[in-house]
Amino acid sequence: MQNEERFQQHRKEWENATLKKVTDRFPERKTEFKTSSWLPAERVDIPESGDFEAFSEKIGFPGEYPFTRGVQPTMYRGRFWTMRQYAGFGTAEESNQRYKYLLKEGQTGLSVAFDLPTQIGYDSDNPIAEGEVGKVGVAIDSMQDMEVLFDGIPLDRVSTSMTINAPAAILLAMYIALAEKQGIVADQLTGTIQNDILKEYMARGTYIFPPKPSLRLITNIFEYCSKSVPKWNTISISGYHIREAGSTAVQEIAFTLADGIEYVKAAVNAGLDVDSFAGRLSFFFNAHNDLLEEIAKFRAARRIWAKVMKEKFQAQKSKSMMLRFHTQTGGSTLTAQQPDNNIVRVTIQTLAAVLGGTQSLHTNSRDEALGLPTEESVRIALRTQQIVAHESGVTNTIDPLAGSFTIERLTDTIEEQVWQYLNKIEAIGGMVRAIENGYVQKEIQDAAYRYQQEIESGERIIVGVNKFTIQENPPTDILKVDPQLRKRQIAKLAAVKQQRNSEVVAQKLAELRRIAQNSEQNLMPPILAAVKEYATLGEICNILREEFGEYRESIVL
Amino acid sequence: MSKKIRILIAKPGLDGHDRGAKYVARALKDAGYEVIYTGIRQTPEAIVKTAIQEDVDFIGLSLLSGAHNELFPKVVELLRSRNAGDIIVLGGGVIPEADIPGLKEKGIQAVFTPGTPIRDIIAFIESVKR
Amino acid sequence: MTIVQKLAQQVLQQNTRAIARSISLIENETDSAQKESLLDALHSYCGRAVVWGITGPPGAGKSSLLDRFIGRLRRLNKTVAVIAVDPSSPFSGGAILGDRLRMQKHATDDGVFIRSMASRGHLGGVAGATADAIKVFDTAGFDFVIIETIGVGQTEIEVMELADLVLLVLVPGLGDEIQALKAGVMEIGDIFIINKKDLDGANRLKREVEYVLGLQENCTAKSTPPVCMTSATRDEGIDDTLSVITDYLEKIRGNGQLAARRKDRIEKELRHIASAKIMASAEHFLNIDSRLDSWVEDVFHKKVSPYKLLNRKIGEFLKELHWQ
Repeated sequence: MQNEERFQQHRKEWENATLKKVTDRFPERKTEFKTSSWLPAERVDIPESGDFEAFSEKIGFPGEYPFTRGVQPTMYRGRFWTMRQYAGFGTAEESNQRYKYLLKEGQTGLSVAFDLPTQIGYDSDNPIAEGEVGKVGVAIDSMQDMEVLFDGIPLDRVSTSMTINAPAAILLAMYIALAEKQGIVADQLTGTIQNDILKEYMARGTYIFPPKPSLRLITNIFEYCSKSVPKWNTISISGYHIREAGSTAVQEIAFTLADGIEYVKAAVNAGLDVDSFAGRLSFFFNAHNDLLEEIAKFRAARRIWAKVMKEKFQAQKSKSMMLRFHTQTGGSTLTAQQPDNNIVRVTIQTLAAVLGGTQSLHTNSRDEALGLPTEESVRIALRTQQIVAHESGVTNTIDPLAGSFTIERLTDTIEEQVWQYLNKIEAIGGMVRAIENGYVQKEIQDAAYRYQQEIESGERIIVGVNKFTIQENPPTDILKVDPQLRKRQIAKLAAVKQQRNSEVVAQKLAELRRIAQNSEQNLMPPILAAVKEYATLGEICNILREEFGEYRESIVL
Repeated sequence: MSKKIRILIAKPGLDGHDRGAKYVARALKDAGYEVIYTGIRQTPEAIVKTAIQEDVDFIGLSLLSGAHNELFPKVVELLRSRNAGDIIVLGGGVIPEADIPGLKEKGIQAVFTPGTPIRDIIAFIESVKR
Repeated sequence: MTIVQKLAQQVLQQNTRAIARSISLIENETDSAQKESLLDALHSYCGRAVVWGITGPPGAGKSSLLDRFIGRLRRLNKTVAVIAVDPSSPFSGGAILGDRLRMQKHATDDGVFIRSMASRGHLGGVAGATADAIKVFDTAGFDFVIIETIGVGQTEIEVMELADLVLLVLVPGLGDEIQALKAGVMEIGDIFIINKKDLDGANRLKREVEYVLGLQENCTAKSTPPVCMTSATRDEGIDDTLSVITDYLEKIRGNGQLAARRKDRIEKELRHIASAKIMASAEHFLNIDSRLDSWVEDVFHKKVSPYKLLNRKIGEFLKELHWQ
């Protein structure tokens, strides 16, 4: 067969097999896609000639291994990415209002931000929570707060993403218990928990337990959900925070995939079949300003993960090899100076994420370098996504930049450098060890230092910060959290403790402790039983702290 | 030999975003200061005791979670109650402009928001050092 | 009462700020007369504290181990002072002092005092001020004073001269452990600790250390030091190591080694002070600073050799002294 024919031949095969399977069930948004001036918009473009082997190995077709061009064969012609704005602050009541507003405004998924005491497993009345209650998200002490948070929102109609890591099992258990109260069976629930502890040790800092019991909790969740909550994304392996900590694009992908490898290893070692859980793994990346590098980054990430799952873990199912990811625009790229400029940055970053094939996206609000975003800012951020989706036309053709000399070269370069890191981490003995001995943190810190030095020296220009500056009046309409909030939250917590059956709670906690001591048993059932009786997040975490110990930061600069 | 300036860089509260704190620590070291770095999740009590034991001239507090109005003044208060009010407290992180006058009133001598060049921080240190 | 006398009195009363200030006074050397009179005032109260040194390569887990030891000593109601030394940058003179990060859970405990110290150009693994800082903690009544060395190389032997006993921490997998054994730093350890004992190669390292120590015993009079296994992060082997340390201290206290070691330390200190003082006054009398340029010229142009020049100058200086 002639080379040229092989391209067309494969396109036919792809159309008849991979594509048709999907379009039969989920037709595309339109019967015909056209550009703004009515030129035809091809679903997917391929070369007419060239090296077919190299093409199918590196680029191929969307929805097929190695998934460089995207995980679905129709991508945004089928449906747009999920527009999911991370929100939640103050009390459960306030957050509930914000969710209802966002759903009304056309958002398609909920995303819950928790305050720091919740993320680190302390109740609001713990002295260490002073000043932090309700600050960066909603405070959840018990099931009761969850009931208020999702009041009037049927859990089988929304997909909910929860940014929670160390105590992920507890928040997931509360969500399941709440669904049950609403009369919804757990197998109807869709959503994601972040549940990615390794990046907390190297970047974000909301760890509680040491790596070993943390990995057990994660594996327990994989196992529990594969049976009882099959549509739930059990982990969102996150590079976002690694990038925010100052890593390069290559490091973001390398360390995130290395984390992913560690989780898969842990689950396989615990006896799980790789194809039973791998399809529920999802990823979470950052979108920065360097448009071409970012697009290449996402494409490279998909290609590498597919290879890792196929070759290293011998996954059989195609779904297990797909790297599906959520994106958030880069918070650290926002400037406090001339904050409206951030709308433009976010637009570029949105394009990067969409051209890179994201499954869902959070766009940051322009005022996030100043404090919590106002409702107006949140709306502009959401509108940015809607404009790219409906007006820009980049959604009509799948992976439209494939074949660009620059994009393909960048994709190859990123892939190559990521493999170098992955091999190095493997030589160190895996990601846990590479974190414990500080290798990863040092790599990130060196990159962060270099980046900042370039800004200081003026070699790297940040508009409005080190060039094109103006005298500005301080912004006035910044949203603030009520300082009395903690008092009210503590009062609510006290009332919950008063009303519950404390004897039963004690029993459930004792049962949890017993199971925590036996590493063979799954922690999800006793946690679920405890939250149903209104055991608090802090009480549950304290039992686990006593049994598992606490992780302590040990790596200095 | 002349007196060395010693600076404690600390992260009060529960916020784990330490990129800025670590950058400042390293840049101050490169500027010739001795920098004590204690990591995340420090209570005001621990920060003050550390500052006194280390006999620092400055404390740089970094916080991005929004708890600065509670935690920064607490550090100053504790220092004063321990007879160490002469230690100069600086703040940094995501601090709304509107909060800065209140913080200064409570004894935080300077607040550096995102985008501040390190040379501004150094210039401040040099202008007020004992 | 002078300021310094007051400071000394406050140190004896265990005033935290005074202790911290005294150490700064010693470190900064802005006023050596003040420093000397402070140490003079404290001298008669010295000698009560037990001084440990803890040394070993970077990444061996010295601070994490120390964190565990502090916890144990506190349970016994003993007070602990730590001097953690980190290197100063040879370029900027600045330093990042981060060892205390791993001990920070003791920060609010009044029975624990942690002081970070930059080496400020001093070689030997400790700072120039470390020896005198120990005296401050000692007279302030701390039961234990523990020095954590920089831990970068094989020249870190000075801690041996400061401490009553030295813990040498090694860890498998760093690749340089055998180098350390060959290079002779082994002689500074009174007790060996193999940390991270859960890592591959820990047992092999222990055997190798014991082998080398056995060889050493044959050529020195020193008895073979004990080798302990720990995991600081998992909190394992700490109590056993602590009882080995206690036994060792008991032994050297009983057989006179401790007193001998302390006298040895005083001897070195006297020699050190003597040479520093002689050097300083010689420099002063010879007016070296202002004459150096012309001396360099003379030596460069071969008018005179360095020995001939200085023998003559010092001869003149001594003659002058004689006449006084």
